[in-house]
Amino acid sequence: MVENQRLLNCEQVWREISNYEDGDIDAGLRSAMDEHFRGCKRCASVLAGTRNVVRLYGDERMLEVPAGFGQRLEKRLEKRLARNAAGSGRGWSTWSAWLVPVAAMVLIAGGALLTNSLTGGRLMRSYHAKPANNIPPDLVVVVSDGSKLFHVPGCAFIHDKASERTTTAKEAMRDGYVPCTRCLRQYLKTGLTRHPGAEVADSGATADAEDEGEGVLNAARH
Amino acid sequence: MSEPSIVLNNPGPTGGTREHDLILSVQRGQHELFYELVRPYERRVYAAALAILRNEHDAEDAAQEAMLKAFANIRQFRAEARFSTWLIQITVNEALMRRRRERTVVTEGIDGHRSGSGDEESEYAPRDFADWREIPSEALERKEVRQRLAEALGTLDRKYREVFVLRDMEHLNIQETAEALGITVASVKTRLLRARLMLRDLLAAGWEQGWFSRLPFEKGNKPW
Repeated sequence: MVENQRLLNCEQVWREISNYEDGDIDAGLRSAMDEHFRGCKRCASVLAGTRNVVRLYGDERMLEVPAGFGQRLEKRLEKRLARNAAGSGRGWSTWSAWLVPVAAMVLIAGGALLTNSLTGGRLMRSYHAKPANNIPPDLVVVVSDGSKLFHVPGCAFIHDKASERTTTAKEAMRDGYVPCTRCLRQYLKTGLTRHPGAEVADSGATADAEDEGEGVLNAARH
Repeated sequence: MSEPSIVLNNPGPTGGTREHDLILSVQRGQHELFYELVRPYERRVYAAALAILRNEHDAEDAAQEAMLKAFANIRQFRAEARFSTWLIQITVNEALMRRRRERTVVTEGIDGHRSGSGDEESEYAPRDFADWREIPSEALERKEVRQRLAEALGTLDRKYREVFVLRDMEHLNIQETAEALGITVASVKTRLLRARLMLRDLLAAGWEQGWFSRLPFEKGNKPW
């Protein structure tokens, strides 16, 4: 910024002439420039020409648009409005589209609950228990408090022998015990072996494959 | 550059209460009023796009796209500037984005024939110091005059033309111009000074060629 109260040369005036025109200079500089313009026809000419430029180009008439510009713009806006209106319809469709998977999930969950209720709602003592069929319900078995399994008497894999007691396979399964895959493996494969004359036990019984370290499929080999 | 946030309590010189009401109506869902809202700014939006893109077809497309973007973002319009400024800034963003995409800047940057393609930092000295008088605005009624002015503007280097159009034709202030173009306030001032002085010299030369010969100037006096 040029210092106040000082004579300006033409170059200094030109440098500030745009700010002068925009009123973007302090009062001291404005006063100094006014003084310069009064005595310098060249700079007065520059100022006048600059003002003409600003005024003429700033006129609305200098902003011409091609013929039909407004109509084309309006048409394009109308198209967008129409698409938006259709879009709001699609919004509902999008929302309704969620109903399908949600309904499917509800049905699946409901089906699972129903299935569970049909099994008698028995609480399994082993999470990994597998279905065990064909165990004679009146088969005498041994259970203990320290294990989830029931065994034939004398099985080497009975844990917590201090608390062992005898019961039937049917009662053991009702209480949530699952058959030992060692001593009862012969019953863990459907229809492979049958206790002669025995009534087939509840097919919801399970066998624990994890605890005993051997899969139920191996029972087929016995 | 993101769209500026704006307030409605200063709708601008051409806006007033009607514009304020229109904005609120559109924001509340009366979308069919949007064209009525932007119609007064059609010319300014197109001019801003043209200043940057230098091609009528591209400018029209960019102007339309800017209007659509303004429509899509009308709910965000809630801060402090004028609606017109917001609209122009969206247009400038759109045009600059297109130019970057099309890389037209490369071809223009090497055009040595454009006025003022020299160093922005160097001083620009006016060349014509003849007597002057004010050109009446009526001169703009003549298509030839408007055409000559547009041609002179078109010869300016891009950086000067953009600043000049936004500041002197779109009437953005210095700060708004700087923000719209992503340059400093100091750069806007420097480029604006050069643009004005260059146009003045270009139009003074036009005087010599008789552009304004039928205008009622006193004999011997030049308008520049």
